[in-house]
Amino acid sequence: MRQMNLFSSPLPLTVGDLTRYIREMFEVDYRLQDVWVEGEVSGVTRHASGHTYFTLKDASAQISCVMWKTVAPTYGALVVHGGQVVAHGQVSVYEARGQYQLYVDRVQPKGLGDLHAQFELLKARLEAEGLFAPERKRALPEFPHCIGVVTSPTGAVIRDICNILARRWPLVEVILAPTQVQGKDAPPHIVAALDALYRRADLDLIIVARGGGSLEDLWAFNDERVARKIADSPVPVVSGVGHETDFTIADFVADLRAPTPSAAAELTTPDRQEMSSQLAALRVRLASALSDDLRARRIALQSQTRALSHLSPQARLANLRQRTDDLISQATWTVSHLLQLRRERLTGASARLDALNPLAVLQRGYAVVRRDGRLVRSVSQVSRDDRLAVRVSDGEFDVTAS
Amino acid sequence: MKKQTKTEELAFEAAFAQLEEIVGKLEAGDLALDDALALFEQGQKLAAHCSARLDEAELKVQKLSASGAVELFDLDEVP
Repeated sequence: MRQMNLFSSPLPLTVGDLTRYIREMFEVDYRLQDVWVEGEVSGVTRHASGHTYFTLKDASAQISCVMWKTVAPTYGALVVHGGQVVAHGQVSVYEARGQYQLYVDRVQPKGLGDLHAQFELLKARLEAEGLFAPERKRALPEFPHCIGVVTSPTGAVIRDICNILARRWPLVEVILAPTQVQGKDAPPHIVAALDALYRRADLDLIIVARGGGSLEDLWAFNDERVARKIADSPVPVVSGVGHETDFTIADFVADLRAPTPSAAAELTTPDRQEMSSQLAALRVRLASALSDDLRARRIALQSQTRALSHLSPQARLANLRQRTDDLISQATWTVSHLLQLRRERLTGASARLDALNPLAVLQRGYAVVRRDGRLVRSVSQVSRDDRLAVRVSDGEFDVTAS
Repeated sequence: MKKQTKTEELAFEAAFAQLEEIVGKLEAGDLALDDALALFEQGQKLAAHCSARLDEAELKVQKLSASGAVELFDLDEVP
């Protein structure tokens, strides 16, 4: 415990030690680290560094305040001389000046407590009616063609939204329904802008957007008329109001709450880069699907060709051709053999025939004698002066019997 | 094959979906060769169409006037 050591020393403290001790005393009190204080603004100094210094006071006291440049742009408008505000922050000590001060991180106009109460009341009422029910939320179209945007025609919001759409998904068409987004008249204007969009048949969804600001700045989006009009939308509504930490009734009733206007543009569109790479992947798959298909066909064709050559009649034909040849030679041999046999038999037969031929006897000097065509075998068959025909081997002649 | 709108008139997502379907069919195989080749050609057309849509698109911004008519909205004139 440094403090203990600090005070246990018999030596006097340095100013620095004492001041640091005092600062730590502030900082260990959690109540002083998260405090709301109400008062009138005075002595505002906006330093070139971007930080803002001012004093909050009431009839009986005052406190120095610092607002760092990180929050000054958001709340700076409220910190004006004479302004009645409620500031939030932590109390600590600026050691160099020996001065305690409020380090402000949020500022609201005085009387905002009422707004908070209104907000909670309306929220509870609409919620009880079921306007925020999850089953009411519609899905966004994946590829919107036409997006309606309800926002101010001036300022960064419409520009940011369009820039993001142009980068992400320039295929979409934007219909801006210009409106005030701040002030007492803003709610009816927003309702009219929504109505104008609802009359169009070409919208796929609507973005309702407003840049960051104080609770009061965003108040139009906590208006019951605006909330009910959003609930009536024929197409999905995406709200992008204020910063990430701001919640409005419009957010609850919308089909989708985007943390910021830019985020609304992102959430409602596909990404061109992403689609490009998906497209490239599909192209690769298309080409390889075809080449795979062709390869498969080629392989199938080859194996069919092989199978076909096995089944081919060519082989059987060659077989049959050979068998035919065999049969033919066999037949030829058989026929010639038979002929030969016949020929030999014929020769034998004709030899035997020759032997039996009476004419052959004639060769040997015999003669055949016929009388009136009949063979003469006996002398009794012949009378004197009969005409007889004599046949010898090489011819015939007649004789007269005597 | 089912009747198809002319490729040039298809919205990006419709062309993209058709392309996905064609790739799926080709990958599944089981097609007559002529059909496969025709699908491939159609797929190439669709892919080219999708690319062109992505590459050539330019954001169009219009503003509703009080009368409900639309007029071109020039972002460069936004204050």
